Amino acid sequence: MFLQLLVNGLVTGSIYAIAAVGVSLVYGILRLVNFAYGDMMAFGALIAYGCDGPLHQSMVVSALAGMAATAVLSLLLDAVLWRPLRARRAGFMSLFLASIGLALVLRQALLLVAGPQPRSYDVNPYRVFVLGSVRLSEAQVIAIVTAAGTIVLIGLFLARTTAGRVLRAMADDRTLAALAGIDVGRATQVAWVISGLFAGLAGVLAGLVEYSFDPNFGFQLLLPVFAAVVLGGIGSAYGALAGGLALGIAEELCTWSGFAGGVNPVYKPVVAFVLLALALLVRPQGLFGRARVV
Amino acid sequence: MTILTSGGFWAFVGVVAGIYTILALGLQVQFGFAGLLNFGQVAFMAIGAYTMAILVVKEGWSTWLAAPLGIVAAAVGGLILGLPTLRLRSDYFAIVSIAFSEIVRYVATNQDSLTGGSQGTIALGRVGQAAQYNGQWERLQARVQGWLGFSSSDATMLVIVWTVAVALLALTWLALRTPWGRVLKSIREDEDAAASLGKNAFAYKLQALALGAALAGIAGLFYAWQFSFFSPDDFQPLLTFFAWMILLLGGLGRVWAVPVGALVFGFIFAGTRFLDFAPFSWFASDQRAYLRLIIIGLVILVLVVLRPQGLLGKREEMVLE
Repeated sequence: MFLQLLVNGLVTGSIYAIAAVGVSLVYGILRLVNFAYGDMMAFGALIAYGCDGPLHQSMVVSALAGMAATAVLSLLLDAVLWRPLRARRAGFMSLFLASIGLALVLRQALLLVAGPQPRSYDVNPYRVFVLGSVRLSEAQVIAIVTAAGTIVLIGLFLARTTAGRVLRAMADDRTLAALAGIDVGRATQVAWVISGLFAGLAGVLAGLVEYSFDPNFGFQLLLPVFAAVVLGGIGSAYGALAGGLALGIAEELCTWSGFAGGVNPVYKPVVAFVLLALALLVRPQGLFGRARVV
Repeated sequence: MTILTSGGFWAFVGVVAGIYTILALGLQVQFGFAGLLNFGQVAFMAIGAYTMAILVVKEGWSTWLAAPLGIVAAAVGGLILGLPTLRLRSDYFAIVSIAFSEIVRYVATNQDSLTGGSQGTIALGRVGQAAQYNGQWERLQARVQGWLGFSSSDATMLVIVWTVAVALLALTWLALRTPWGRVLKSIREDEDAAASLGKNAFAYKLQALALGAALAGIAGLFYAWQFSFFSPDDFQPLLTFFAWMILLLGGLGRVWAVPVGALVFGFIFAGTRFLDFAPFSWFASDQRAYLRLIIIGLVILVLVVLRPQGLLGKREEMVLE
């Protein structure tokens, strides 16, 4: 039972981790806590559904289409909304409120266009992989493999490539990075594209694992994702990965009966936040965050 | 369109605007005067409403004891949220406060034995018995209606809610003219400077948070009385965002801008119900509900982009940063 919960936690955690990296990258560069991110995830998941269901494309093609569409939407929103706000030197508060307005518009537009009914990807829910005492559904296997690959890729990208170093340099100190000759506008677009790709991917994976989803499901995922971002330290991409995995595993393991009888599963999201609050009491800047951001 | 000329409908819009005024006034104290990014305001409304309803139905308390205790419980909720989190960076606090409001809603949804669960207050009493918490309130309302000589209970509620709202606005306005209020503003402007003068910034912020939470608790009481029934679904984060929109519509840092914002919001929210001409008439009525929220979201966006100090705000005093 313990092992099964641990593996379930890995699945949830890797989805949180991917989504959290997308949120954290944009925060690192733009100081924007993107409240519309959950609805971007839902957008990606719904585009992929459109390719998978009615258009009968394979799941891989559909996922890629969902990711690409979300990245395009990210870039578009940067051009029409975020760039003008940056030009006005809008601070954290304006950006956050604007993202709340955007989240409302996006989610209601999805409900308007796609309808509120739940839908499922074309995968076989009865196919089960057995590994010792652990049973995994096909969707869980897809999620865990994709997430592991993506986490390694983003780690390598940030550590080894020039673009990745530029993003980390900008998260560290935007002015200094600009002085060093970095094309800030270009790097911002790169951050939005990656954030969009990850939102789309996390949306598709979450839709696969939850089996059935509707346009509201992105918002429900948003808060644990935010918890993961804060736990890791806002703006730190590695922190977001660690925070996502830790919260996902903690949410599942807390229901284990060997752990003081286990927590009622309906309180899984609450556990994530209690953990977050405890962690912040010890390290107010998050696990990987810096003590003070100027 | 006959509903547009019905007094009852507009009285209802006015009551809701009055309740939102009290809710957003709490936010004005927290953000407009202490600079706190509280995005969990709806939680305190829920705590106030649920405490009152539970004490009246389950413990058989008098409404007039249970209601003040609901307000106290909301303020205590503010302390519980603030104590571990107010030392955090403001962006962390914003996220943690939304999470707090969702936790409150989760607990209200899942602790059936305490709150009636997702069925709402109707399930507070014994099985098979529809619970009512507003008997004493309705008797008071009927008596006030007699004094005023009104024929409609909505109009009576309108007078009661706005009397309380105006009194609270005046009290807040006065409180901010005391030395306490000036320290609060100085902390908003420059926390380090205030701290260097020996002011305990943390304690002041905590007080502002608790005070704003108590105001939300009062809004929660009136919400409960107005609708005679509520469930956890009534306390979605969306309500907090409405309160923020009212703050933006009115103006930041100004007490008397809050009711203006609430009235404008009330008209937008109620008015968008009647979008039954083209192009809106192309959509089914359930789809128009989505359109309404899209319009609300767009108004927030336009305000943030074009008028960050709010409609009546003073640019020199306070702009959204």
